[in-house]
This record gives sequence, C-alpha cells and structure tokens, in this order.
Amino acid sequence: MQNNTKSGVRTLTMAQAIAEAIGQEMERDSSVFVMGEDIGKYGGIFSATTGLLDRFGPERIMETPISETAFMGAAVGAAAEGLRPIAELMFVDFFGVCFDQIYNHMAKNSYMSGGALKLPVVITTGIGGGYNDAAQHSQCLYASFAHMPGLKVVVPSNAYDAKGLMVQAIRDDNPVVFCYHKGIMGLSWMSYFEGSTNAVPEEAYAIPFGESRIVREGRDVTIVTLSQMVQKAAIAAEQLAQEGISVEVLDLRTIVPLDRAGVLASVAKTGRVLIADEDYLSFGLSGEIAALVAEHLDTIQLRAPVKRLAVPDVPIPFSRPLEQAVIPQVDAIADAVRALVRAEPIHQLQQGAQA
Amino acid sequence: MQPTREHLLWMYEKMIEIREYEETMAKVYLEGKLPPKIQKGLAFDIGAGPVPGEMHLAAGQEPVAVGVCAHLGNDDSVVGAHRSHHFAIAKGVPLDAMTAEMFGKDTGLGRGKGGHMHLFHVPTKFSCSGIVGASAPQACGAALAARKLGKDWVAIAFFGEGAANQGAFHEALNLAAVWKLPVVFVCEDNKYGISVEKSVSTSVASNAVRGAAYGMPGVLVERNDAVEVYAAAGAAIARARRGEGPTLIEVKTDRYFGHFQGDPETYRPKGESAALRQDDPIVRLGARLRAEGLIDDAQDRDLRLKASARVEAAFAFGRNSPYPDPQDALKHVFAD
Ligand SMILES: Cc1ncc(C[n+]2csc(CCOP(=O)(O)OP(=O)(O)O)c2C)c(N)n1
Repeated sequence: MQNNTKSGVRTLTMAQAIAEAIGQEMERDSSVFVMGEDIGKYGGIFSATTGLLDRFGPERIMETPISETAFMGAAVGAAAEGLRPIAELMFVDFFGVCFDQIYNHMAKNSYMSGGALKLPVVITTGIGGGYNDAAQHSQCLYASFAHMPGLKVVVPSNAYDAKGLMVQAIRDDNPVVFCYHKGIMGLSWMSYFEGSTNAVPEEAYAIPFGESRIVREGRDVTIVTLSQMVQKAAIAAEQLAQEGISVEVLDLRTIVPLDRAGVLASVAKTGRVLIADEDYLSFGLSGEIAALVAEHLDTIQLRAPVKRLAVPDVPIPFSRPLEQAVIPQVDAIADAVRALVRAEPIHQLQQGAQA
Repeated sequence: MQPTREHLLWMYEKMIEIREYEETMAKVYLEGKLPPKIQKGLAFDIGAGPVPGEMHLAAGQEPVAVGVCAHLGNDDSVVGAHRSHHFAIAKGVPLDAMTAEMFGKDTGLGRGKGGHMHLFHVPTKFSCSGIVGASAPQACGAALAARKLGKDWVAIAFFGEGAANQGAFHEALNLAAVWKLPVVFVCEDNKYGISVEKSVSTSVASNAVRGAAYGMPGVLVERNDAVEVYAAAGAAIARARRGEGPTLIEVKTDRYFGHFQGDPETYRPKGESAALRQDDPIVRLGARLRAEGLIDDAQDRDLRLKASARVEAAFAFGRNSPYPDPQDALKHVFAD
C-alpha cells in the first residue's frame, strides 16, 4: 500500500481493494463470511483475502477442502438461512466441477421459490490468461455465467471499481459472480497494467451494478470492453490519439446487469464500435453487444460494420507465441480500430449493394 | 513382494533421473523471471523466461512414481494430476518431447499447446490434468476399456491427498468397485494441498481407510520408500490383473519444493523441507544397493552422469527447438 497526500485516499492494487472491501463488510455485518481454498494463511492465491484470517479468525475465514461442489452447495444452504457467504472458486476454469450447485441451485432457487428465498452469495474467481498457464487455467468464461438467468456477473478493471463493486456484491440479495483478472490484481509475481492500481477511498462505498464507465471520451470509435482489456484498450487509444483517431473506451464493469443504454449512447455518438473481449468469440459477450447494436440500427447511424475481437474459439494454448496470438493484444485492438476508421461508410456500402 | 535386482536398479536410476530433472527445471524455470530484467514492483514474473506459466515440481516424491511404474508395461495406462513429471518419466514418456512441451515448442508432446500440467503421450498411455481430482474417473475409463477389449491391462490414477476430497474421487472409487475395474488409485500424501494441511482438509488421518467405504482394499504405505511402494503396488496391480478389482493405496511422501515454483511457503514451518531432505529416499536406496553389492561407487557415479547427460540433452532440445507458428493455435480444436 502506498501513501498518498490526500487523506483517506491511497493507491491500492485491485487485490488490496477487494480484500479491504470484504474486511469492511465483514466488520459491518456479522453474517458475512468467506469460504475457499487457500484463503486463510495464504490470503488467497490471488491475494483477494490477504490479512483477513488474522482479523476475523478461522470461523469466518474458512479454509475448505478441495471440494468445490460441497462448499458451493454449502454457500447455497447457508445463504438460504440468512447468512451472506463469499465463496472463492480459485480459478474460474474449475467451475465445471461444481457447476450444478451454481447454475441449477444458486441461480434458480430464488426463482423456483417464487421469490420467497433469497440467496445472497458472492462467488469470487480468478479469470484470464496472458502468463502461459494453458487451457485449464486461463479462461474468462464470464459469459457462461451470464448466460444462466439468476446470476449477476461483475468484472472490474481497476482497484477503485473493484472495491465499490465488491461492497455492492456483498450487500446484494442475489448470487453474484465476481470475476477478477489475475493480470490486473497487482500481484508481485505477474506483470500487470499500471492503470489497474489506482486511488481508493478508505471508507466503504458501493458502485451500483449496470452502470458502465467511460474510461476515455472519444469521437471516432467506441471500444466496448471490460476487465484487463480495458487497460489494453486505454493503451491502444493513447497510441491512436497520436495518429489523430479519437477513441472512446467504455468499461462495462458488470455484464449482468448490462448497461445497454450506456453502450447505445456511446455507439450512437461515435458511429463505430469495436467489442474487445478476452472470452471466446462465439455465442458470448461480443455477440450480445453486436446484437444489441443491431437491434437499434433504427436509431443509430453506424459509419462502419460492427467489429469483434475475442479469443477465436480455441482453448487457450500454453506456448507464448500461440497464447499471444489468440488473446487480443494492444496491437490487435489498435489495428482493429484503424480498420474500422478506414472502412467504407455503411450507407455507401448499402447503396453500392442496391445499385 | 520383493523387487528383483533389475527392478531395484531401475528404480534407483529412474529416481536419480527424476531428481536431476526437477532440480534442473527449478533452475531453468527461474531464468528471466527475476530482477533486474523485469519491471519495477515485481518480485517474480511467472509469465517470463523460457519456461513460463505455473510449475509444480515433484522432487521428494520419486518413490511413488518408480514403486508403481516398475510393475507397468507399455500398455498399462497412467493418469496423473498437476504434479506429474515423476510419473511421466517413470512411465517412459520421452524426455526430449516432454521438455520441449514445457518450453512451449513445436517439438513438444502437445506441440506447445499443453505445457507442464497437460502432458499427453499416446504411445506410453500417459496423460495428466490441471484439474484436481480428474485423474480417478479417467483411469476408470481406461480400466473399463481394458476389460472390454479383453486385455490384462491396468490403469493407475495418481493424485494428491488434497484431491481425495473431490466428489470425482469418491464417485470413481465407487464405480471402480461396483464394476470391479482393473484400476489402482494411488494417493500421494505430501501433507499439503497448496497451503492447506491435511489435518484441516481431510476427515481421516489416512485415505487408505476410505477404501473400506467402497468395498476395496485400502493400503497405507507409511514410509516414503521405493521398496515399500513397490511391494504395495505390486500386490494391487497383480490383483487388478487377476480381475479382482480396484485397490486404494496412500503413500506418505514429501514435497521438497513449494507447491509451485515461486511459492513463498509461508504456511510451512521454517526449515521443514531442508529437514525432509535429511532422510532422502534416493540416498537410502543407494545405500541398500551398495550394501547388497548391486552397485559400487564407480557404477553409481556413472549412473548419475548418464542421468544428468540425458536431462541436459532434453533441456537443450527443448531450448533449441523452434516455437510453433502462431497460426497453429487454430489447429487441433477438432480431430482432423
Ligand atoms: C478442481 C480444482 N480445484 C482447485 C485447484 C487448484 N489447485 C491446484 S493444485 C491444488 C492442491 C492439490 O493438492 P494435492 O491434491 O494434495 O496435490 P499436491 O499439490 O500436494 O501434489 C489446488 C487446490 C485445481 N487445480 N482444480
């Protein structure tokens, strides 16, 4: 933690911000507790629970066996009794071993009870690649959760947002899947992006779900993105600004709920959209945003066809050049924006087709 | 079951090779990951260097690999977990291609697609997985195939004591027992699942007793000793080959390195791993071989030199092989 002159605001890493949010909510509300693998002495493999065991003891910071079905199910059962569990699924890639408890129970029991039951669970989980951990440890998969009705899905891009969104997640009466990208947690063992570590107020504050954030204003192209890709898009936008291309970067922050109005407003303004996503291309977030824009072409004038950049429907490969190729990088984002700006205006294309 | 002279020598040689491999990997893995080459604020960059990604080493756990694999032929299957170099080497997976895989090279077992946790070698029927608990059901499948094909092949599932708390493990044991599959479940109890001590994660002191819940023999090997593992595994594998069904074996073993390379090991009592090295199973077996006159100092030295030459050659092969073409990332999603 670095000191800052302004009182009450320090620069935190995303991991520190998340741990601080959890600690403050645990202090405020004795029904909040955490379960997961290596969340105690280790403080979480991605440091999301650092220091909490010392403060709250093993009854509230509960080390679990490697039994994800058991403790995800236990989160459902405990939440039904009025507690507010936070359950850490170390890597999102492991959700397959416990998905039944999540998508058939955690996500649906409220609905099937006709609203009688509340399940205030937060699942925290590490997402993303970029450091060669291969196909079982590098996925994002947030769209898979978003595809299942009944789960809110939060994917922050920086420490300030992470704290506010975590506070909101813990106070929410619904199951929330909180995905943090390992590459922006500020871990001392992974290179990361400067912009993800930022000023965070000391006191607890909540950021409402479903409100995207304009990271950078622009006129020519909107990049709709989230998570680590926000940091990559910001770098690309800076480079493009040197070339006279003005890029608006929109950070979705949550994908359920999705800030549809925010996306549409920005795309209407710039007339061009690139969706940059680290999840798989097909049947996912990028398709959802593209469809959203397509459904509103009666009110939005597009100057170029919608462009998507995502993992091209292959498992994340181990080898460095392969991984670099499939996960969208800064250069790929910049190239895609350039292509969009160079593209023929859409109405000309349409007229051409008619002629 | 006492090991033959050949098996004793083979186990000793393989343990030396495994140890040499892991110690070499520990060094090479650090290349390029430490300051001053990397950016400020970073203690260690897991994604940098010639061997990127996570790295779980098995130094100390050699007796489990060699004690079991001494009984296996090429047609027997082995399914490992995230910490599997020792099993792969003992099963006869070629060292060159295995190492090239960890360097992410085109000459690797998986052409750079899998990396250290996902080693697949079809000719020796070896595979492993980064998903904890996944080995047991898959070994059941290999064992089922052996029976359907009318072969006396066996399948071995290797996993840690942490994995024995997964639902998949319990379902697999039940399935193997009701179907009387020729499979042997081998649990390596190295006391920790990452940072979590066995006493915190596991309701019984030894997983061996869990065999009873599924109607199969449960065997505890109390010492990290190749000859003791050999005896227990030999009986279980013979039983499986006779069509008498599965066995669960737990071996108390020792992990010398951290859970992964770069692990600060804050959960471990200071000096624990150094203390464990005081009773090294390789030294112990070496002493036995010498006492029994199976080997002398010159032969021992020769054996070590040859093992390190093989390891060195494998690392050179991995290092010097070309990377795959980035376009190849799109290949192999489906079988051609
Ligand atoms: C399903 C699943 N959950 C969690 C993990 C994270 N993880 C990897 S290794 C490990 C500990 C495994 O302990 P153990 O089975 O005892 O094997 P050891 O590492 O001691 O060899 C954990 C929790 C994982 N890879 N897969």
